[in-house]
Amino acid sequence: MSRESTVGSERVNVGRRLFLGLAAVGAAGIVFGSDAQRFLGQKLGSGIGSLLPGGDRFRIYSITGQYPAIKPNRYRLKVSGMVDNPATFTLADLKAMPATDMTKAFQCVTGWRVPDVKWRGVQLSHILKHAGVQPGAVALSFDSYDHADSESLTIEQAHLPDVIVAYEMYGETVTREHGGPVRLVVPQMYGYKSLKWLSGIRVVNQIEPGYWELNGYPVNGWLDGTTGATNPDPQLS
Amino acid sequence: MTTTSTSRVQTAVRVMRFDRVQRSAHWLNAVMFLTLMFTAIPLYFGSFFGVVFERHTIQMVHLWTGLLLPVPLIVSLLGPWGRNMRSDWRRVNRWTRAEIRWLRTLGREVIRADKFNPGQKANAIFTAASIVVLFVTGYILQWFRFFPVSWREGATVTHDLFAFGVFAAVAGHVVLALSHPASMRSMITGRIDAAWAARHAGAWTPEPEVLDQAGSPTAQ
Repeated sequence: MSRESTVGSERVNVGRRLFLGLAAVGAAGIVFGSDAQRFLGQKLGSGIGSLLPGGDRFRIYSITGQYPAIKPNRYRLKVSGMVDNPATFTLADLKAMPATDMTKAFQCVTGWRVPDVKWRGVQLSHILKHAGVQPGAVALSFDSYDHADSESLTIEQAHLPDVIVAYEMYGETVTREHGGPVRLVVPQMYGYKSLKWLSGIRVVNQIEPGYWELNGYPVNGWLDGTTGATNPDPQLS
Repeated sequence: MTTTSTSRVQTAVRVMRFDRVQRSAHWLNAVMFLTLMFTAIPLYFGSFFGVVFERHTIQMVHLWTGLLLPVPLIVSLLGPWGRNMRSDWRRVNRWTRAEIRWLRTLGREVIRADKFNPGQKANAIFTAASIVVLFVTGYILQWFRFFPVSWREGATVTHDLFAFGVFAAVAGHVVLALSHPASMRSMITGRIDAAWAARHAGAWTPEPEVLDQAGSPTAQ
């Protein structure tokens, strides 16, 4: 009897401690997960997400919850604003221009990263040359077929050789959920800069922050975390 | 030994393991967990599945199931009907020194288990904590605008890590349940043989019930 009561009094609130401990791990993960990822990224070259099975795959985000369905033969890219030759390009027009192939990592600002994504498209600089950017132009504003997303690049950023208007991904037409048939790809910046379902390029005289920038992300989303208009130390992934 | 008529009207001494409220909470929880897990797979392996499955619908099912996930547990714990739920929650919380040693030695130290053994207790605690963490991180992922920008990344990786833990815990739970049919049946009928309870949960002293063959309690 006395032994029983000793055993009884020895009970410890392990459940509460484990519960609170796990909850604290979760809270720390939310607040410091970003820093931990960056630290691991420097040490291992990949974030925690990439170490999980399937972690090096795309996750599909959509602002509207919808994925615009655009038939390739109905696709149009409208170039307008401060240009000498406003123009509207079809997919065939884009494919007739000199093609650029590149294999780049796709890095999302939320931590996941997909290595070795094969793209084919037209250098944005080529389209701009064709359009004839007028003096005084400062930036480009990009519009999306989803009528929700928008993006911006400075004229200088737009002339980086690896900024392309992509129509092929992994050797096939860019799929609907990846922003097809035509999307922007800015590999030196986080994925939100690579606007999906590209419908228009407007040459403008000031930076118009895009959807994600209005929601808190840097206008200049360089992969190395710097946020200046130019990146003196480009991380060519 | 010949079978007599008395042994055919066999009676078994059974004990109540899970009442109606606990069973309902468990199975509602199970359905929601499975829904969340099945919808998580195409969302996580996004480019595997593409738009073959209607992605937006899957996302909405995942979101709403996740938002409703805590409801069965909260309602069953807090309502006037939750007496057994609450007393089992207290059992899960209170551990003896021997149980702590059992977990530390990964079960090598033999103990006389209470209604729940330390492994079951650890599973319950992990599940409960995971619900809270996955709920909060999921909320941040959906409504990230209202939180610091860096929290979205933290919530993403935390949601993933706990989800992997949940997949492992659920898999283990299902395997153990299938390999202990009597125990699993008690989550359906609520009752279990007193002999089973004495063997697997020696320190647990529930009120015995005598049942007739049909499984309904008889007056004692």
